Amino acid sequence: MSNLKVTTMAEMMAAGQEPEVLFWVGCAGSFDDRAKKITRAFVKILNSVGINFAVLGTEESCTGDPAKRAGNEFLFQMQAMGNIQILNAYNIKKIVTTCPHCFNTIKNEYPDLGGKYQVVHHSQFLQELIDNGKLTVQGGEFKGKKITFHDPCYLGRANDVYEAPRELIQKLDAELVEMKRCKSGGFCCGAGGAQMFKEAENGEKEINIERTEEALEIKPDIIATGCPFCMTMMTDGVKLKNKETETKVYDLAELIAKSNDL
Amino acid sequence: MAISSIIFILLFASAVFLFTKNIKKVIRNIRLGKPLDRSDRKDERLKLMIKVALGQSKMVVRPFAGFLHILVYLGFIIINIEVLEIILDGILGTHRLFSFLDSFYFFLIASFEVLAVLVLVSCLIFFARRNIARLKRFSGVEMTSWPKSDANYILITEVLLMSAFILMNAADTALQNIGSEHYTMVGTFPISGFFVEALGTNESSLILIERSMWWFHIIGIFSFLNYLPYSKHLHVILAFPNVYYSKLEPKGQFDNMQSVKKEVELMFNPEADPYAAPAEPQTEPSRFGAKDVTDFTWKQLMDSYTCTECGRCTSVCPANITGKLLSPRKIMMDTRDRLVEVGNNIDKNGNEFNDGKSLLRDYITEEEILACTSCNACTEACPVNNDPLSVIVDLRRYLIMEESKAPSEWTGIFTNMENNGAPWQFAQADRLKWKDEE
Repeated sequence: MSNLKVTTMAEMMAAGQEPEVLFWVGCAGSFDDRAKKITRAFVKILNSVGINFAVLGTEESCTGDPAKRAGNEFLFQMQAMGNIQILNAYNIKKIVTTCPHCFNTIKNEYPDLGGKYQVVHHSQFLQELIDNGKLTVQGGEFKGKKITFHDPCYLGRANDVYEAPRELIQKLDAELVEMKRCKSGGFCCGAGGAQMFKEAENGEKEINIERTEEALEIKPDIIATGCPFCMTMMTDGVKLKNKETETKVYDLAELIAKSNDL
Repeated sequence: MAISSIIFILLFASAVFLFTKNIKKVIRNIRLGKPLDRSDRKDERLKLMIKVALGQSKMVVRPFAGFLHILVYLGFIIINIEVLEIILDGILGTHRLFSFLDSFYFFLIASFEVLAVLVLVSCLIFFARRNIARLKRFSGVEMTSWPKSDANYILITEVLLMSAFILMNAADTALQNIGSEHYTMVGTFPISGFFVEALGTNESSLILIERSMWWFHIIGIFSFLNYLPYSKHLHVILAFPNVYYSKLEPKGQFDNMQSVKKEVELMFNPEADPYAAPAEPQTEPSRFGAKDVTDFTWKQLMDSYTCTECGRCTSVCPANITGKLLSPRKIMMDTRDRLVEVGNNIDKNGNEFNDGKSLLRDYITEEEILACTSCNACTEACPVNNDPLSVIVDLRRYLIMEESKAPSEWTGIFTNMENNGAPWQFAQADRLKWKDEE
């Protein structure tokens, strides 16, 4: 058994309590082995600062993002309305998520369907915690390390969040190096638009290889990202290029958790 | 009235008449699109238009091309003040009507000349980039035949117009110098001044040069005006309304289809009577998503007419860069070409005519739209705020919802989402297992 302290909304409600924030884990964060580590790292941070949060647990369901991007609007709205019924029943006000796809969908596409919440990405949430003094980052093992940040499309271009992730990296006393294509000119990992779930169309190259090569050009110790799907794509790319020992791929939450020895 | 004035007025009137007629056709075609309300947030829209269309903020992301484009654009706008004088001279049979402004007039014409040369040089560089350096951005399957010639015609025309303007001024100055009676003294201009001597002092041949350049310049402008509706150069006009009516929501926000919303709300409403007759008489059943251009909104159609084929979208598209068929520029151009075809069909055969063709498959293949990662690099790059991504998504919607024609892996994730609330086949009951692992 782990020592993570995780409460579900059902438990909170039964105890007559309300959380400060709902942590929307997402499908990748719940089921993908690599992404589950991100989930746990984020929860460790939340526990360490004593944030009163809850998860939906078995009541959570896919936001519908892959269906919507693939063109299945009907399935998307079915998923969305189901989720909104649950979120509204629990009277949720604020949501944090470790997945930019969940973030984008709940923040931008749910309001019109009746789900109005304050939604933040975990990079923004962590930055808030640092800004109001609740969380201090020790730097630790990442001091002086060369870290580059791969902008997830649904965090960066889709929602203009470029600075929060970079400020977190700088808090680690690490050397932040930018790839040629970054921020609003960032290059996709290849997973978006439901491409994650199908073979790529015919071409000369995989998109994640193109992006990994660009990242490896600047010889970083770490490729940081803030999206479980970018994580899969970049990790696969680094493996394929046989650079696993030189370059690691970490999520922002993992970097913070590790540097604080959580 | 002098015969030249009559000829001029006839030319001017027919140029304006033809242009109006063709622009009306463009507007009619754009209105074939579905309604979309973009009448909100007027201040924000105006600011955006000033920044992106007038201020060219997205052009200078590529500094070299952006700078040259600003020169051509400034030249285009400012030299048009001179065109106003030319038109008035033409109608009234006067010569250099505004010269009573004296030293200010001299300053104006002098700056027009400097701009004219900058435009000319910029256009020559643009021409070289396309035809000698052969930049990759200007190639691609969609950039052969007409689009390739169109770009070159525009550049050549601008070079010719600017050359005519300068040669006209040079001949004019030479005529002033020999004291020819119609030619008001305005002085020697900074650029054309260099060519005055080379033109000699023969009055009648100088008048011939001056007059023919004058006529060539203004007829050139009238023709160019009427070339716009057939050309990517239409962006000089449409860029403004197109940016004004941009999507202002975050780029990641896709529209929620209201037709679907109604159905889903009914399904979630426990009080809904499944056997009740529809409350309002059903209007023409519209299809889900887009198969042909008339399924798009008017804004998506305006996008296609505004596209100037610069290829900035395609040059940053991850699918295109890695060799897939998708090119966002081709998506926009195909949409426009099909719209023009549909419009011509209506002109020839009336509104109800069906030529049996459609945008999807006759122009754009499934493979193209399935390659998109929805990363928004194309919309970010577009200098006139086009949204090729929305076109791709609407085509996907048709493919998935009307034809149920999804790649088999997608059918799998849809089924999983319906059955167990995740794109993968894991039980919803296991969603919290991560808590106890490690």
